[in-house]
Amino acid sequence: MTTSQHDTEATKENPAHIEVDPKLLEILVCPVSKTTLSYDKDAQELVSEKARLAYPIRDGIPIMLPEEARNLDAG
Amino acid sequence: MLLFDRLLVQHHRNRAAQNFEKHDFLIHHIAQEMAERLSAIDRVFPKGLDLGSHQGALVAHPLLKDKVETFFQCDLSPKMVAKAHGPRFAADEERLPVAEESLNLVTSVLSLHWTNDLPGALIQINRSLKPDGLFLGAVLGGATLHELRTSLSEAEVELEGGLSPRVSPMVDLRDAGSLLQRAGFGLPVTDSEPLTVRYKSPFHLMQELRGMGETNAVLDRRKTPLRRKTLLRAVEIYQEKYGLEDGRIPATFEVIYLTGWAPHESQQKPLAPGSARTRLADALKVPEQSAGEKTSQ
Repeated sequence: MTTSQHDTEATKENPAHIEVDPKLLEILVCPVSKTTLSYDKDAQELVSEKARLAYPIRDGIPIMLPEEARNLDAG
Repeated sequence: MLLFDRLLVQHHRNRAAQNFEKHDFLIHHIAQEMAERLSAIDRVFPKGLDLGSHQGALVAHPLLKDKVETFFQCDLSPKMVAKAHGPRFAADEERLPVAEESLNLVTSVLSLHWTNDLPGALIQINRSLKPDGLFLGAVLGGATLHELRTSLSEAEVELEGGLSPRVSPMVDLRDAGSLLQRAGFGLPVTDSEPLTVRYKSPFHLMQELRGMGETNAVLDRRKTPLRRKTLLRAVEIYQEKYGLEDGRIPATFEVIYLTGWAPHESQQKPLAPGSARTRLADALKVPEQSAGEKTSQ
């Protein structure tokens, strides 16, 4: 029980959890492959399966730059 | 061929993000002009995107409050876009992360002149627009900073015996229209607005350019910074050649506005040859004249 309470508090304080505007998710695609992205809410990432890249969302702002993305195959 | 170092462009914008509001008069001037042009168009745009939005001067313009229902913004610089408000993301105009036919309006204030592949960026913009969607952009044209360019070149030739590109190349108004056409835009219109801004000295001008994030990002620029001696000589030449009576110096900015519509069947097109139902001669009320003797006669 105590752990879950801790989690809730951490979520509230963590600025990474400023919600990304759902309207953004409707228009964004992967800049490399131009395919649809899936939204990983917990990791705050937009994932492109085709390009094997995960784009970070910082303070609710998706960073759609391949240089800043995490390579899904790099472990 | 790559012309600009995009990482350096990003770096310049990140650096400028901090004190941008002290140097954004040109952006605000253009945002005002573009907001007026958009408000003159008799429609509401459900979804718009401002490319290279800096800190949102156009998106936040009061004239556009009810004109664009959802106005997204993006900028190459994560730091620049973090300072704006509303739905926004960081992205490279050369690799637009926007779904096809998802927008009704795309705008861009002083951003596309930094792309290596302007035709490619325009094609991507066109694809992101729904049919009959509008693109309105402003870029810096070839006459921009010609005084600074001349002064730097002369000083370099004089003291270093050579030339290097210290000011980025820019779009020519004469090419802008055909660029839009090649990217598939209908009803393309281009026009330019020359602006002269007065500065206390060439140093103040250079400081302003830095503050705007508009410093040189040409890939084959000389990696060594400008020598102090050369810089001082360029400043002298600037003042001798262009200096005003009050001791200030003028700097030209040529703003080129680009307008184009994503093709739609409602737009006017030329008719097929030979499809006319009325004779031109009748409309002009003159006797029809033969265009020449026919070969068969």
